[in-house]
Amino acid sequence: MNLENIKSEIEANVPGCQLEFVLNPSPSAQHSLRLDHAHAVAVATYLRDAADLRFDFCSNVTGIDWPAKELTEKVKVKKLVDGEEKEVEEVRKTTIPGTLEVVYHLFSVEKKHGPITLRMSTKDRETEVHMPSLTPVWRSAEFQEREIFDLFGVVFDGHPDLRRLLMWPDFIDHPMRRDYVAPDDFEYEPTAHDAVLQRANQHQSEAIAKLASEAEGK
Amino acid sequence: MSDATNLTAQIDINTIPALGKEQLLELAMGPQHPSTHGVFRMNVVLDGERVMKLKPVFGYLHRNHEKIAESETYLGSMPYTDRLDYICSITNNWAYAIAVEKLAGIEVPERAEYLRVITGELTRLQNHACLLGFLMQDMGASGTPLMYAFREREKIMDLFEGLTGARMMCNYLRFGGCRVDTPAGWMDAARKVVAEFPRFLDEYENLLVGNEILMDRTQEVGILSKELAINAGISGPMARASGVDYDIRKVDHYSIYDRFNFRIPLGERGDVYDRYMIRFLEMRESIKILEQAMRDIPDGPIVDPKTKIRGFRPKPGEAYGRIESPKGELGFYLVSDGALNPYRYRVRPPSLINLTVLEDLCIGQNVADVVVILGSIDIVLGEVDR
Repeated sequence: MNLENIKSEIEANVPGCQLEFVLNPSPSAQHSLRLDHAHAVAVATYLRDAADLRFDFCSNVTGIDWPAKELTEKVKVKKLVDGEEKEVEEVRKTTIPGTLEVVYHLFSVEKKHGPITLRMSTKDRETEVHMPSLTPVWRSAEFQEREIFDLFGVVFDGHPDLRRLLMWPDFIDHPMRRDYVAPDDFEYEPTAHDAVLQRANQHQSEAIAKLASEAEGK
Repeated sequence: MSDATNLTAQIDINTIPALGKEQLLELAMGPQHPSTHGVFRMNVVLDGERVMKLKPVFGYLHRNHEKIAESETYLGSMPYTDRLDYICSITNNWAYAIAVEKLAGIEVPERAEYLRVITGELTRLQNHACLLGFLMQDMGASGTPLMYAFREREKIMDLFEGLTGARMMCNYLRFGGCRVDTPAGWMDAARKVVAEFPRFLDEYENLLVGNEILMDRTQEVGILSKELAINAGISGPMARASGVDYDIRKVDHYSIYDRFNFRIPLGERGDVYDRYMIRFLEMRESIKILEQAMRDIPDGPIVDPKTKIRGFRPKPGEAYGRIESPKGELGFYLVSDGALNPYRYRVRPPSLINLTVLEDLCIGQNVADVVVILGSIDIVLGEVDR
């Protein structure tokens, strides 16, 4: 079960698909394939139905949030300073755009092999968060994709019943994102202490001041 | 395959022929319903007593386990994994330990592997015994069967207390081994419990297996086909009751399971009765494994001395590790960015994924059967909602 062989086999059988081999440097050596959105369902169906692969068991589906990252590197540049050419250190900033990634772990019940890992990424984290759903191929993705929609905010096109799974329907925001901030509901903490108590007191005094100013206004 | 992916979840109640919508009853079973094994709700649409539609509602016990674990150190999450499926804390530890060991390439000494197998199989015994008791309770055999099962569970929990200090929240495994070695006399006590366990199984089988009410309530109820079971990711005893020959102990050869002689029982019909009986057979196989492991256990260290526990930082990368927990395939997926805490920590909960087919099993059954079908799936809400 070599992932390179599987990759070339898929490329030969699903015309036009673009696969990217993603290396995993850890000792687990579970490398993965990144799928393009247009051919994801075709590739998944091929993996499920091809007689020598038969990845009929989609075990685990999960999301990963990668916020935009700023890389700073110091570069030496030659510049004219006071009419003289000198080497000056300059800090260059490059931003890696943020993305939401979804990972699928596949096994084969019939052939008893696996796992292979598939990944897909969205274009960004704010508006272009769509991705094709693989639930029509593997029913086991049904609840797990709903969970990713709920906690990460990835919208799966073609999912039969895309609703929030764990949070309640009126909930806004996606708690598993790295930049999620919990709401400021400290007064509901039953036994507030330390930092929470401090913030709660501040929050409460602000609320009281606001009420008082409102009462004065009337 | 196509019928497996055809989602029965899409039945629109307005299109059911010869039924006015006013004749249907919408009923919320749970979250405070004793037969839902915790805080779990099912929105059921009923025509008389027949279930036309069923939508599970999750999240009443959601505390975002994964987010909390991402702000903890690797070892810091180990006690928290106990709280996922609180009946089988040691197998939860085990799945997490295997994922971290894969991520960092840690070896486990021989004696520790034996201790893991012994405690893991004891956990399977107590989980299956509990399930049989709960299922009988759900069917209306209140009291006696559950108490018989709890009597056995009590003995195993006493063993866990002797070994780990805690009855339920054992927190026993460490990366590259186990936390403590067995105290003096523990192994003899465990041998005694295991030797007496078949007596409980015989007694329980004699008491209930030929019972007419039990057969009426369970046979041909909630049938799960083999194709749907595989496609919907059903794992563990529930899949094997439908005839899916897949046990991770045999497939992955993880730990030292290839040294033991045991068989994988399979069901034929995939109904509630098969799911009930498969647990009996699995317990008998677990006893075989336990007897062999307790006979062969060697002396030696219980944790790899080279393993770093404090300030443990695996190299960047990712790993998916899984074991055959009593409920099914319990997996942990970890992504490391080289820091003290995991960048991404994911639990693959067998209880939640086994619930994917709940609606398919219940449609067309009586509302009283919903309780029995749910009981036979074997869920723990601490794991479903995380």
